[in-house]
Amino acid sequence: MTQDSLYIIASVGLFGIGLYGVIAAPHILRKILAINIMSVGVFMLLVTSAKNVNSTPDPVLHAMVLTGIVVAIAGTALALFLAGKIHALSEASDEDSH
Amino acid sequence: MDSLLNLDILLPTLVGLPLIAAILTTLLKSHGLRASISIAMALTQFMIAAALLSWLSGSGTSLETQYQRYSLAGWGAPLGIDLAIDGFAALMLMLTAALTLVLTVYSRYYFFEPHSRLDKTARFWPLWWLLIMGINALFLSGDIFNIYVTLEIIGLAAVSLVALDGSRAALTAALRYLLVGLLGSLCYLLAVALLYRAYGTLDLAQLSAVAEPTAITWAALVLITTGLLLKTALVPLHFWLPLAHGSAPAPVSAILSALVVKTSFYLLARLWLDTLAPAATDSGLLMLGILGAAAICWGSIQALRATRLKLMVAYSTVAQLGYLFLLFPLALPDEDARGAGLSGPAVSAIGYFIVAHACAKAAMFLAAGNIMRTFGHDEIARLRGLAKYMPLSLLTFAIAGASLIGLPPSAGFLSKWLLLNVAIDAAQWWWAIIILMGGLMAAMYVFRVLNIAFTSVDEEAQTEPKNLPINKLPTIMSLCAFLLAMLTVVLGFNAELILDLVTVGDDV
Amino acid sequence: MFQTPDFKNNSYENELPFATRVLCAIVIGALGFGLIAALILTENISSSLPALVQQKLTQSGVQNPVTAVLLNFRSYDTLLEIGVLLTVAVAMLPNANFNSDINPDMPGGNRSSGRLVSVVNSAAGNPPLEAFLRWLIPMIIVMAGYMLWTGTALPGGAFQSGALLAGAGVLAQLSGRIQFCFTSTTAKLLLTIGLITFVMVAIGVATTTGVVLQYPLELAAPLILLVESAATLSIAAILLLSYNTLATQVFESPSEHSTFEHSAFDKQPSDVTETSAPNETLQSQTAEDPKS
Repeated sequence: MTQDSLYIIASVGLFGIGLYGVIAAPHILRKILAINIMSVGVFMLLVTSAKNVNSTPDPVLHAMVLTGIVVAIAGTALALFLAGKIHALSEASDEDSH
Repeated sequence: MDSLLNLDILLPTLVGLPLIAAILTTLLKSHGLRASISIAMALTQFMIAAALLSWLSGSGTSLETQYQRYSLAGWGAPLGIDLAIDGFAALMLMLTAALTLVLTVYSRYYFFEPHSRLDKTARFWPLWWLLIMGINALFLSGDIFNIYVTLEIIGLAAVSLVALDGSRAALTAALRYLLVGLLGSLCYLLAVALLYRAYGTLDLAQLSAVAEPTAITWAALVLITTGLLLKTALVPLHFWLPLAHGSAPAPVSAILSALVVKTSFYLLARLWLDTLAPAATDSGLLMLGILGAAAICWGSIQALRATRLKLMVAYSTVAQLGYLFLLFPLALPDEDARGAGLSGPAVSAIGYFIVAHACAKAAMFLAAGNIMRTFGHDEIARLRGLAKYMPLSLLTFAIAGASLIGLPPSAGFLSKWLLLNVAIDAAQWWWAIIILMGGLMAAMYVFRVLNIAFTSVDEEAQTEPKNLPINKLPTIMSLCAFLLAMLTVVLGFNAELILDLVTVGDDV
Repeated sequence: MFQTPDFKNNSYENELPFATRVLCAIVIGALGFGLIAALILTENISSSLPALVQQKLTQSGVQNPVTAVLLNFRSYDTLLEIGVLLTVAVAMLPNANFNSDINPDMPGGNRSSGRLVSVVNSAAGNPPLEAFLRWLIPMIIVMAGYMLWTGTALPGGAFQSGALLAGAGVLAQLSGRIQFCFTSTTAKLLLTIGLITFVMVAIGVATTTGVVLQYPLELAAPLILLVESAATLSIAAILLLSYNTLATQVFESPSEHSTFEHSAFDKQPSDVTETSAPNETLQSQTAEDPKS
C-alpha cells in the first residue's frame, strides 16, 4: 500500500464519516462539526493530489485549499451564529412560558 | 464581425457593479441613500445586461465567435480564470438583471415597516447585492473552482437573507438551508478535486475538449449531481426548500425561487450536456427525468395540502423545478449535438421555461407578500373575500397562476408547448403525459386559492372572524408584482426574442 | 433529518432509528469504497499547471508560487473569497436602528457611531493575562507584519497575518480590558477596506493594461503587497467580528426579532433582565444592557 493510497483512503474515509455525521448526528453542533470533518477530507485529497516528483508541489491545489479553508470558516461561523440565535430564542421562550 | 466594438469588458462589469453596490451599502448610514444607490445600480446593471445581449446577438452569427471569453488578469486558461458566456448564459444574465431591477424597487418599499424601529435594510442591501454578484459571477464563470466559490457566495448570502427576519421559524429554516448548502458545496468540491486529478485543468472549455467516459469522470459527475441536486431541491432532496422560501421576506423568496435554485440547475445542464457529456450515461439522464416527474407530482400534491399561501407557492416551486429536469431525457436523442455547447430544441424550451417560471413565481411571491403585509397573515383558509380589498394583487396572482398552469397566452403556455413538441419529436410521449398532468395539478392548487379569495363573505353570518386589512400597502408594491405578471403575458406573445438568443453559441 | 435543531447535550430522542442509521452507514461505506477504488486505480495525471506556474513566476511579481497563484494568476478567486467573508460579516453585524442615536445593542454604549476600540475597567478582568498582553500584543502585531511581508517569497501572506491579528484581538478581549464595538464607522471601513482596495486595483490596472486585474509588470509586486495589506486588515476585522458576535450572543435579548405578524414592540423583554451565569471568558460583555 503506497503512501498515496493511504492518504486517499484517509481522505475519502473522513468525507464519509463527516457525511454520516451530518445525516445521523442528533445534536446540531455535531452536525456542524461533521461538515468541518467533511471539508478536512476534501482538503486532504486536494493536498495529496499536489504531489509532484519532478518539482515543487502543485501551487494551484494549495491555493484551492487556502480558499476552501476560508470558505469553510465562513460557513461554520454563520452556522454557529444561527444555531446560537435559535438557542437564545428558545431559552427566552422557555423562560417566558414558566 | 470583428469590426464591431469589442464589448467584452461588460463581462467583468456585471460582477464588479453589484460588488461596488454591496460595498457602498455596507458603508452608508442613511437607509434612504442606500435604497437610492441600489435602485441606480439595478438600473445600470439592467442596461449593461441589455447592451451585452444585443452585442452578443449581433456578433453571434460568426462561426468563430462561439461564445465570448474574457481572460481575467490577462493569463488565459488554464493558468488564469476565464469568464465565458454563450446564448443560454446571456439569457440567464438578462433575466437576473430584469428581476433585480423590479425586486430592488419593491424592496425599497417593503422594508419600510411603519411599526418597527429596526432598520433591516442595513443588512438587507449588502447581502442582496452580494447575492446578485454571486449569481452573475456564476453565470459568467468558465472555471470549475471559481464556480465553487460563487456557489458558496450565493449560498451564504441566501441563508443570511432568509434569516433576516430573526424569528425562530426563519432562523431554523435558514440553518437547515445552510447545512444542506454546505453539504452540497462540499460534494461539488470533492468532484472538482477528482476532475483535477483526472484531467489537470480547471477550465470548462478545456475539460469539455478532453473529457472521457472513465470511472473517475463518472464518479465526479455523480458527486456534482448529488451536490447540485441538494441545492436545486429536486425530490427527494427538497425537504429544505418549502420552509426556507416560505419564511423569508417576500423579495427574498422571489429571488430564491426565481433565480437561486436555477443557478445550480444551470450548472447541472452545462456539466451533463456540455462539459462532461461523454461521461453522461443514458440511464443517468433518464433517472434525472424520472426524479423530475416525481417532483412535479409530489410538489403539486403538497401544494394542494398547504395551509399557508407562501408555503403553497414554495411547494409549487418544487413542482415546477421538476419540469426543468425533463431537459435531460429529452436531450438524449441528440447524440451528435451533445458536447457541442448548450443548444438544441430541448435547451431552448427549457430556457424559455426558466424565464417564464422566474417571472411568474416572483410575481406570485410578491403578491403573497403584499397580502401578508396588508392582512398580517397568509393563511389560505382565512383569505375569504380577499378580492374586495386587494384586487390588483389577486389579479397578479391569477395571471401568474395562469402562466404556471400553462394557459394561453402566457409564457408558461408557450414553454410547455415547446416542451411537448420536443417530447413528441423525440418519441418519448410519456413525458408529454406528465407535462399535461402537471398543468392539471397546478390548476387545482391555483384555483383553490382563487376560489376562496373571490368568494364574498356573507355579512350577516358571523361564523368566521372578520378578516380586515391592518396595514396600508404602498401602491408601487402591487404594481411591481403586477409588472412581473404582465411580463409573462408579453413574453407569451414574443417568443422569438428568447428562442433566437438561446441558439447563439451553436457549434455549426 | 434536519427537523428542529437539537441543543440538549445528551438527548438521543430525536435520533434516527437504528436501522436507518445502519443503512446509511452501509450505503456511504459502499460508495466510499467505490470512490477509493476509482481513485487508487486511476493514475494522477501530472498536470501541466505547475510547470506553467514556474515558467510565469518571474512575471508575477512574487517568488512564492502559491502567492503568485492566489494574488496574480487566480486573483479573481481571492476577490470573491473576500466577498464571502464580507457576506458573513454583514450577516453577523448587530441590528441597526432607525434612530441611530440610541443603539442598545452596543455593550455599554449608546451611540451607533461609537469608537471601535474602547478601554473599560471591568471588575471581572484578568490581570495576569492583561499584564502578559502588554508584552505579547505588540509582538503579535510585529509578527503579523512580518508574515505579510514574507508572503512574497516564503509561506505567509494576507490570510495568515490576518488570522494572527484577529488572535491578538481575541486575547485583548479576553483580558477584560478592551472592548470592540463593530457598529462604529471605523469598523465598517475596516471590514470593507480589503474589498475596496482589491476592486480599485482591479479597475485601476484595467485603465493601463486594458484587462481587469492584469497588473503591469513593473507594478505587480507593490500592487500585490498593497492588496495583501488591505486584505489583512479586513480579514482580521471580520474574524474578530465573528468571535465577538458568537461570544456575546448567548446574552443577547431576543426583543429585536419581529415576525411579520407582530411588531418589535410586542416582545419587550422588560422581565428578561438576567441571563445565565456568565462564562468566565465573557465577563466584559455583561455590561450589555437588554432593551427596556
